[in-house]
Amino acid sequence: MNTVLRNSTLLRHGVFFLGLAALLLVLTSFVFDPYTNYNVTEVAIYAICTAGLTVLTGINGQVSLGHGALMMIGAYTTSVLLTWHPDLPLILMLLASMATTGIAGAIVGIAGARLRGPYLAGATLALAVALPQVPSHFASVFGGNQGLNVPTPAPPAFLGGDFSPEQWLAWITLAAAVITFFVLANLVRGATGRRFRMVRDNEVAARLSGIDVARTQVLAYMISAACAGLAGSLFAYWVTVTSPSGFTLNLSLSLLTAIVIGGLGSLAGAVIGSFILVYLPVWTGGFASSLNLSSNVANNVPLAIYGIVLIVAILVFPRGIAGGIGSIARGATRIIRSSRGPTALPAAPESPSQ
Amino acid sequence: MLEVAGIDVRFEGVVALDGVSLTVRANQIVGVIGPNGAGKTTLFNAVSRFVSPAGGTITYKGQSLLGVPAWRLAHMGIARTLQGLGLWPTLTVLENVVAGAPSRTRLASDLLALPGADRRTAALRDEALVNLGELGVADRASGYPGALPHGIQKRVIIARALMAHPSLLLLDEPASGLSATDVNDLIDVLRSLRTRMAIALVEHHVDMVMAVSDRITVLNLGQVIASGTPAEIRANSDVANAYLGQKVAHA
Repeated sequence: MNTVLRNSTLLRHGVFFLGLAALLLVLTSFVFDPYTNYNVTEVAIYAICTAGLTVLTGINGQVSLGHGALMMIGAYTTSVLLTWHPDLPLILMLLASMATTGIAGAIVGIAGARLRGPYLAGATLALAVALPQVPSHFASVFGGNQGLNVPTPAPPAFLGGDFSPEQWLAWITLAAAVITFFVLANLVRGATGRRFRMVRDNEVAARLSGIDVARTQVLAYMISAACAGLAGSLFAYWVTVTSPSGFTLNLSLSLLTAIVIGGLGSLAGAVIGSFILVYLPVWTGGFASSLNLSSNVANNVPLAIYGIVLIVAILVFPRGIAGGIGSIARGATRIIRSSRGPTALPAAPESPSQ
Repeated sequence: MLEVAGIDVRFEGVVALDGVSLTVRANQIVGVIGPNGAGKTTLFNAVSRFVSPAGGTITYKGQSLLGVPAWRLAHMGIARTLQGLGLWPTLTVLENVVAGAPSRTRLASDLLALPGADRRTAALRDEALVNLGELGVADRASGYPGALPHGIQKRVIIARALMAHPSLLLLDEPASGLSATDVNDLIDVLRSLRTRMAIALVEHHVDMVMAVSDRITVLNLGQVIASGTPAEIRANSDVANAYLGQKVAHA
């Protein structure tokens, strides 16, 4: 059994992600209250997007400041389709959003294959700034600055009449997230992931090893964009209204921040980063209001704490929180293995700050 | 196998190669020597499609290489090593060698981790271990290349190039930085590889090139000044003046 597991990526990842799905099903059904489910749905949406982004930036080495804009394409695909054909099934909306955003990503990727580093950052930044301006110019299709309303998907009848739409959306989103992570984990582990890394680290050597560098970069952008599109579609259902104000440059920067804090190139890091993105404002907001400060100070406390967490996380965990946990775990194993403590000390400075 | 005929390469008006020709036949080792700046690596770069010649032809197995993108050469059986090694620091030695196998993207199979993807990876790993074994460094497979001595890294990049099952192997300074023992080992490796492929090497180590090559081409200032067997090259007075003599004077 053990060797079968070790030799089959499909089986190993399948078992892990099925277990994860079962756990999430139990948690969202019996453990979490509606508010937690609502927040967890948001975490899952961001995680889908940041997982794609971390593959692009961490594994393939292409930066994107425009993933918020790509999410917007996914969200508007779903929202516009729903205004035209309100009865189309949800799965079709998700797939259509992945398709349109994937195509948009391929176009960005074709430009990206010619641009490096800061130039690529600049080009994607332009996308993030320009795209939110589009809906107001085509208000008849996109609803202008008011946006388009998106009905929360109705749960299927067999779940019973009093099954809440919010929980249904949580299930859909988490299922989408688990499938996304399963597929991306396969990709990262397999030959395609290796090719992404080869291109990232040494383009000349990659070419000599028979890799079409430009095509590989476009492919990475397309996959990453499809994830952003899926996230955007779910985001539209979650917010229930799709408007340009939901997809500001701030969103794009937050997504990039999340993968850096979580650990660049790590799928687990993408989840951790998304948790921080959602829960840090919640916690710091509660903390700030408990201090009884005047409102204009209290309003800025979450922002200040966010900045401090960013700085501390990057100083303490240069390889992100996922990387930090990894080295703490390795350090702990070393301490356990060698009962003589001093040789294992290097891991210690990281532990107190955890 | 490889026929380079009268190629010119210019960089912003500077002539790097001027009417250079080079012929490599099957099961032949051809050495390219010449002082620094003679255009040796530029010649390799033209063959591996990193620079486009302004004139002349490059044909491989009767097919023109001009217009073929660089990445496709590995699929056609032309492998090249780099002077700067170009090993991937984040991949293990074994993965670095596996990476040398020119493969097609099988996205669906990769995304779903279909058993075929695992099987292909396993087969490539077995082959990579065989290649590392042939170069005597199989015991280093699980380590990372950054920690290895230079001589071992040099062997790893040859093992990687062999993953393309090359008919033509281009080696860029394979002996640079090697100890005398390592150079002797390299000569043995090249002689055994010659039974399976043609080899062209660019090299500063003249003794090594003399010992291993069937034919030698000497470049100076972007032009071929001599071409022939090692004995002919040694007897050539132009070569002695332009290159070998200069080297003696420095020594």
